[in-house]
Amino acid sequence: MANYYDSGDLKKFGQIAEFGEDAAKKFFDYYGETLKDGALTAREKSLIALGVAHAIQCPYCIDAFASDNLEKGSTPEQMMEAVHVAAAIRGGAALVHGVQMMNKVKKLSM
Amino acid sequence: MAFQSASSKATKSLLSRGNRLSEATEQISHLAGSSETLRQMPRFSAKLRESNLFPLAPTELQIFQVNVGKMCNQVCKHCHVDAGPDRREIMTKETMSLCLDVLRATPSFTTVDLTGGAPEMNPNFRWFVEEIRNLGREVIVRCNLTIILANKSYNDLPQFFAKHRVQVVSSLPFYEKSATDRQRGDGVFEKSIQALKMLNEVGFGKPETGLILNLVYNPVGAFLPGDQVGLEREYKRELKASFGIEFNSLFTITNLPVSRYLEYLIESDNLEDYMERLVSAYNPVAASNVMCRNTISVGWDGSLYDCDFNQMLDLKVATPNGKHLKDWDLNAMKSRSIIVDQHCFGCTAGAGSSCGGATT
Repeated sequence: MANYYDSGDLKKFGQIAEFGEDAAKKFFDYYGETLKDGALTAREKSLIALGVAHAIQCPYCIDAFASDNLEKGSTPEQMMEAVHVAAAIRGGAALVHGVQMMNKVKKLSM
Repeated sequence: MAFQSASSKATKSLLSRGNRLSEATEQISHLAGSSETLRQMPRFSAKLRESNLFPLAPTELQIFQVNVGKMCNQVCKHCHVDAGPDRREIMTKETMSLCLDVLRATPSFTTVDLTGGAPEMNPNFRWFVEEIRNLGREVIVRCNLTIILANKSYNDLPQFFAKHRVQVVSSLPFYEKSATDRQRGDGVFEKSIQALKMLNEVGFGKPETGLILNLVYNPVGAFLPGDQVGLEREYKRELKASFGIEFNSLFTITNLPVSRYLEYLIESDNLEDYMERLVSAYNPVAASNVMCRNTISVGWDGSLYDCDFNQMLDLKVATPNGKHLKDWDLNAMKSRSIIVDQHCFGCTAGAGSSCGGATT
C-alpha cells in the first residue's frame, strides 16, 4: 500500500459492509437519520459535521462535508466560521489543561 | 468572497471563440470516451435497461418547449445553449406560426415553455406570447431577470407578463452576490435583485395574486444541487430578510455536462469526478420521471428534439420523418424512442432534475 490515505477510498465507504453487514447497516441507518432535518436543519448539521471533520482531521470527512455544504447552500464564509469554531475548541481544550499544569506546578513548588 | 474561476476569461460564446466544444459531435465524443475513466463508465442506456426503461418511451405530450433564439444579454459560464450577445440565431415569425399550428393540432400540450438565450430579445416575442395565450395555453418564460433592465424597451416586461398571466421562471444560482456573479457575470446579482423587486411590485410571487414567480438554483461549480425543499427554505428566508423579495417555488436544476458547463468541467479538471458523481447517484425513480417523456423541444429553426439538452447536442428526434415543425406527426412523436447518451445522467442523479426542478 503506497499511501495511508487514498481519496478514492471515500466512495468505497459503503463497502465496509463486506466485512460486517449488520453493524454497517445499523451505522449507516443511524448516520442517515442523524443528519436529516430535525430540530436543526440538515444544513446546520452539515456545518457541525464540517467543524468536527476538522477537529478530528479526517480528510475523507473534510472532502465529503465541504461538498455536502456546497450542495446544501452553505456559504464559504459559513464553512470557514465552522472551521474556526473547531479550531477554537481544540485550542481551548489544549489551553484549559494549562490550569492542570499550573495546579501541579503550584503544588510542587515552594 | 473572491474566487479565481478556471474559465473567467470566457466572456464570449464557445462558437465565437472558435472552441471545438461548440461542435455537438465533439461534446458527445468527449463525454463518451476522452479518457479511460470515462470509457469505463456505465452507459446511460445500460442503466435504463436495468431499470426496465429502455428504450425510453414518451408519456403524454404536455409541454411544448420553444427555444426562440440563442441571443442573450448575458454570457453565463454554465450555459448549455452557448448563448450570448454574439449569437444571431433567432426564431422567425413564420416558424412561430408553425409552432402555433402544432399547438392547435395538439390539445395535449397544455403548457408552452419559452426559452433562449433571452427569449424577450426575439423581436416577435410579445406577439408570440399573446397568440399562445389566445389558444388558452399556459406560458412559462425563462427570464434571466437582467433583461428587464437591459434597456428601456424591456422595463415594462413585468407588466406585460402580468397582463398575460405568464409564469416567470428565473435563474438565481445563489442568494448572495459572489456566487451568482461568478456564474452569470459581474453585476448580475444586483440587477437580478432589482428585477425581482419590479416583478414583486406588480404582484409576481405574492400568494394572493396567482402570478407565479419561480426561481432556479444551479450549483455554482462541480457539485450537485442539495435538497430542493431545504434550499427553498434558505432562499425564502434570506431573500425576504435581506431584500424583502418573495417568490413561489425554487427549482433545483443539475448542471448537465454540455457546452460551456462541459468546458468548465474540463478546464477545472472536474469532468471525471463529476461524471462519476452523476453515475453513482443514478436514481431509477428519477429516470422514470425525466422531462423528455412529456416534452417536445423546438429549436430556433423549427427542428424538433426530445429535450433542450438534446437540442444543443443536435440530436434530433428519432422519427423516420417529421424532424421539423412543418412535418409535425403526432403519432410518430408518440411512438418514437427518446435518444439518450451519457449527458442524460444529469437528469437522473439524486432527486432528479428537469426544467421544473427535482423530479422525485
